[in-house]
Amino acid sequence: MDSRDWIRDGARAVAGGLLAVPLAVVNIPLFVLFAVGLVLTPVLGIGLLALPLVTMLIRARADLARRLAAGRGVPISRPYRPRPDGVVLGGLRYYQWLITDPATWRDVAWLLPGAVAGLVLGMLSLALPVYGFEGILLIPLWIWLGTDSYGYGMIWPIETVGEGFLSLPQGAVILSIGVAAAPYLRRFDALFSRLFLAPTRAAELRLRVSQLTVTRADTVDAQAAELRRIERDLHDGAQARLVALGMTIGLAEEIVDADPVTARKLLAEARESSSAALVELRHLVRGIHPPVLAERGLEGAVRALAMALPIPVTVTTELPGRLDTPVESAAYFAVAEALANAVRHGAAGNGAVELWHTGRTLVMRVSDDGRGGADPSGGTGLRGIERRLAAFDGTMSLSSPPGGPTVVTMELPCALSSPKTSPSSGTG
Amino acid sequence: MRVVLAEDLALLRDGLTRLLEAFDFQVVAAVDNGPSLLPALLEHRPDVAVVDVRLPPTFTDEGLQAAIEARQKVPGMPVLVLSQHVEPLYARELLTDRAGGVGYLLKDRVANVAQFVDAVRRVAGGGTAMDPEVVSQLLARHSSPLSGLTTREREVLSLMAEGRSNGAIATKLFVGEKAVSKHISSIFTKLDLPPSDDDHRRVLAVLTYLNA
Repeated sequence: MDSRDWIRDGARAVAGGLLAVPLAVVNIPLFVLFAVGLVLTPVLGIGLLALPLVTMLIRARADLARRLAAGRGVPISRPYRPRPDGVVLGGLRYYQWLITDPATWRDVAWLLPGAVAGLVLGMLSLALPVYGFEGILLIPLWIWLGTDSYGYGMIWPIETVGEGFLSLPQGAVILSIGVAAAPYLRRFDALFSRLFLAPTRAAELRLRVSQLTVTRADTVDAQAAELRRIERDLHDGAQARLVALGMTIGLAEEIVDADPVTARKLLAEARESSSAALVELRHLVRGIHPPVLAERGLEGAVRALAMALPIPVTVTTELPGRLDTPVESAAYFAVAEALANAVRHGAAGNGAVELWHTGRTLVMRVSDDGRGGADPSGGTGLRGIERRLAAFDGTMSLSSPPGGPTVVTMELPCALSSPKTSPSSGTG
Repeated sequence: MRVVLAEDLALLRDGLTRLLEAFDFQVVAAVDNGPSLLPALLEHRPDVAVVDVRLPPTFTDEGLQAAIEARQKVPGMPVLVLSQHVEPLYARELLTDRAGGVGYLLKDRVANVAQFVDAVRRVAGGGTAMDPEVVSQLLARHSSPLSGLTTREREVLSLMAEGRSNGAIATKLFVGEKAVSKHISSIFTKLDLPPSDDDHRRVLAVLTYLNA
């Protein structure tokens, strides 16, 4: 980190401290409102509506704290139970959903200690820079000139004008210390919040289970749909053609002595129909598991893919081994879909694929110089990528400002297995 | 003509052997796996090798690797590579040594016996036989350098890349051989390629250019 980054980071942390003070103050009315809502529940049932509303406010406040903590390098996941189907605000089940969630109570428990921590740490990160500025601006000198009794830093009281001027270097030192300390104070605040706001082990497991349930259902659905498509393609395509082929050959066999000219014609027809069946099967196989992927692994398959695209695509890879087959397949189809999107929608003139492995994660970055403006919720293609990757706990992020460039970054946690055997070649 | 054959499926291996022998080729060795292919090629030094890309034990691209390795040891050893699918990437790897005597065809092409045998002979004679599928995939990409060509010139270019002679191109397009050579020199001019009489060098020039 050079000195400019260091100052920027410090300044941002001081600003964060400035924000922390009013935010901490907000915690107090939230706590009071929650207590009132709780107490009012038996009375007239006002709490049935009021308490959920307050809880939502508290969650919004806690979410903000989580976001700020993440900005300080302390990621905190949301611990809340998902909202059950069919509950409505004001109903008893809605109330139950919130009140039985331990995360609600942990949020409430955080409000007051969190307020104290926020106030103290926020004030501290503000006080040092403010005091430092006071010294740098020689304000102690002026106050001393006016009141005859004042001091600054190590010098208390100031007795000569010279000593008054000494507040400048002292102020600079104090300001530097303040700016240097502010990021640590913010981080400390974030760590404190995490004590309360992070999911407990049980909640983490529960979240994991519900996430796995969703991705498993998606995967099963996608696989079933895929198998149905393959069945239909085989049934209407190659299978039907082979039936026709058998018929044609049978017919030729029948008439070969009586009418050899027609028989010959029929056989030529049969040959043509066999190659049509092969073309169909080849397309089908490519969609299931491209042969080049089985033969060359992800790197070779992506290079082969890049060569077949109508726009020039550079491929850069750093994969010192092969991936497991299922992961390899998911990764390949994700890259293929991202490239297809670039060609189809982005009006791109050039594309690039980068693949590398961080030791734990495979990172795939597909970029193009097209017109941008891609919307992850709009296209089924990008959603498909997300679903494919989610089955392996993979993620996708998209950056596509209007006017481009579009960059799709995909990550798949996985290990590299057997070392590579085939040679690699230049860019495609 | 002596042939070494590498194909792991017994049905296809026997079929190919029968087909080649019917056209006066002599199959001196027919292997069914990758590791025994290279020794067989080096031992028999065949006039042409017909090799399946995917072979046991790994079922990846062992046939292709063995073919490339054999050509490193015996430059210009004619090899015709067969596969269920074609990849321009593999075509480029086969062509990089620029030594000629290279073929790369879909297995489907075996069905057209006359054309297939013609391709085997062409490769054995040091020529080229590129599958039309490879050529069309190459032509489909990077359209910009080829945009200056006329439709007819593109047709000629495709056939040339497959390894066809001027006479064969002329027959296929129902034009005279003179017209074909005119188209070809026009293509070379437009693509800025040095003219050449040798059929094989022509193919290499075209494919290398398209691969760039």
